[in-house]
Amino acid sequence: MEENKQASKYMNPYLAGFLLGLVLLASFYFTGRGLGASGAVKSVVVTTVGTVAPEFASSTLFFESGASEGESPLKSWLVFEVLGVLLGGLISGAFAGRLKLKVEHSPKISSKTRLIAAVLGGILFGIGSQFGRGCTSGAALSGMAVLSTAGFISMLAIFGTAFLFAYFMRKLWI
Amino acid sequence: MGPLVTQDIIGGNWNFVLAFILGLFFGGVLEQAGFSSSRKLAGVFYGYDFVVLRVFFTAAITAMVGLLFFHYFEWIDLSLVYVNPTFWPSALTGGAIMGLGFIVGGFCPGTSVCAASIGKIDAMVFLVGIFIGISLFGFTYDWWVDFVFAGDLGRIKVYDSLGMRQGSFAFMLIAVALIAFYATRWIEKRVKKVEY
Repeated sequence: MEENKQASKYMNPYLAGFLLGLVLLASFYFTGRGLGASGAVKSVVVTTVGTVAPEFASSTLFFESGASEGESPLKSWLVFEVLGVLLGGLISGAFAGRLKLKVEHSPKISSKTRLIAAVLGGILFGIGSQFGRGCTSGAALSGMAVLSTAGFISMLAIFGTAFLFAYFMRKLWI
Repeated sequence: MGPLVTQDIIGGNWNFVLAFILGLFFGGVLEQAGFSSSRKLAGVFYGYDFVVLRVFFTAAITAMVGLLFFHYFEWIDLSLVYVNPTFWPSALTGGAIMGLGFIVGGFCPGTSVCAASIGKIDAMVFLVGIFIGISLFGFTYDWWVDFVFAGDLGRIKVYDSLGMRQGSFAFMLIAVALIAFYATRWIEKRVKKVEY
């Protein structure tokens, strides 16, 4: 079977996984915590609400937690880490010649459909990450590395549910 | 002995520098692995590309084994390492909502940041969605707060939940991963290739 042309340009997945594991291990060794992503967006949400509607923010437990310490909630570990992800991805993409503004989608759907699905998926992930106390990286991956039960529940629930609904969403992908 | 920042061996603001550097590598590796493509990520759910399973499982096992050895050699004090607490009803519900989000949106938050960085507009839109989703949750927080804190099992470890020894569980997880790596290669060969 012929290799997918684009896939051959990517790093060997086991090597990539090993390197990602080392980055995660380094994170635990140096900072005592794992990697994450959704928490950074939460900081942006808390900052935005705290700026636009400070009274509302200070009266609501969810927004108040970030606003009360006097420092901007944007000065958080995860915000700096995600800025790093942004630059790291950009550098890697630049070296691999993959920098291009585009909407990637299956030929069976339009760009518009893809964008609507992407925003819906993002909304679901945003809500889910708050119930799950983190997303695929913060709750599932980092949680599994420290062998927390929450990490394994998150991983099984995320991938299990995605598999359950895969059949119904197949038009979006294949 | 690690973790260095937690014990003030490395000072406060350096923590942010470290976060940025770790993020650089995190983003770089994700992009190199192909996690900047939603169609590649979605492959795991249809059997045409198992990169997600391979990278994710290998990374989790590498970090897990690394931490166990670091602990064994007394290079790290595991009691100072953050373990996410288990509130099983909300962990399960949140995971299910995220799973649906994954198959609809094609990204998770980390991979969407990575994909947005190389110009994927669908990833940028996904990030806007996360912003909206977290806001919606925040505005309706009063409705969920009891549920979110229900079923508190504390910082419980998975081997304790299963009544296993730590080493036995780690060994079992590695065995499961190896079987999965082998089985998915078999599946990939038999599933029709998808061009993307």
